Amino acid sequence: MSFKITVVFSFLFYLALSAGSGNLGLWSGEELVFALLFAVISAALVSRIFNAVGLKPNKSFLSPKRWVLLIAYVAGPLFVEMAKANLDVAYRVLTGKIKPGIVKIPSGLKTNFGTTLLANSITLTPGTLTVDVDDKKNLYVHWIYVKKKEPDCGDICSNFPDWIRRIAE
Amino acid sequence: MIELAYLSLAIGLIFQTFGVVALHRFPDVYTRLHGATKCTTFGSIFIYLAVIIIGAIQFFEGNTQGMQLSLHTLLVMLLLLLTNPTGAHAIARAAYRSGIKPALAVVDKLKGVRI
Repeated sequence: MSFKITVVFSFLFYLALSAGSGNLGLWSGEELVFALLFAVISAALVSRIFNAVGLKPNKSFLSPKRWVLLIAYVAGPLFVEMAKANLDVAYRVLTGKIKPGIVKIPSGLKTNFGTTLLANSITLTPGTLTVDVDDKKNLYVHWIYVKKKEPDCGDICSNFPDWIRRIAE
Repeated sequence: MIELAYLSLAIGLIFQTFGVVALHRFPDVYTRLHGATKCTTFGSIFIYLAVIIIGAIQFFEGNTQGMQLSLHTLLVMLLLLLTNPTGAHAIARAAYRSGIKPALAVVDKLKGVRI
């Protein structure tokens, strides 16, 4: 299972890298052969590593709905928050007004993938940087201008958990 | 169309500059990481956007290399979005575990937590 998925993904990746190389569609014949060859070789190596580490493929990520949602999430709410984050940091850089601290927020998510996505989103949004995560999936966040000492998720990550629940759970 | 590329190049450079100033002005590793992650990610995205637009212009002028340029830059952009926050998280976590306290902190919930 993990072998097949990796073959498909590395084949598509090679095609994306070599697009525009010939006249068979967008690719030349040799490139297509090489793409398939490299996809099989790399999948054979990678799936062995995945098995050794104990990673199992999660079939629910094959549904295209989640991929469309992920792209919509990155291009929509995440991008808007990133723009705000940059103006915020620019303001703090120019005025020097900072009141930093590390706060703890419960993420309320169940899966590891969802927590990773939330932690990365928090790092890219206004004035916050994820420092650590514990077993119960509470995030420890460095906040550059602490407004509340006991914040909940709504103060820091706007409506990200709703999106992430739909993408990752 | 080429003006749009110049505009996003300018926006990207402005944000990169803010990132550099942040590295100089902020007091400790955590606050500096704020500048280093947010500003450089956003600035780089706009610089890549300029490259993508220039590639698209070349493609529509009949140069197939242009599309290759755009596609590669798009891939780099997605990978940067994925790796930059992860790297910042790794640095912050390593800094905290090696005993660097956040400067000027008004609250530190991570203190004394065994993870």
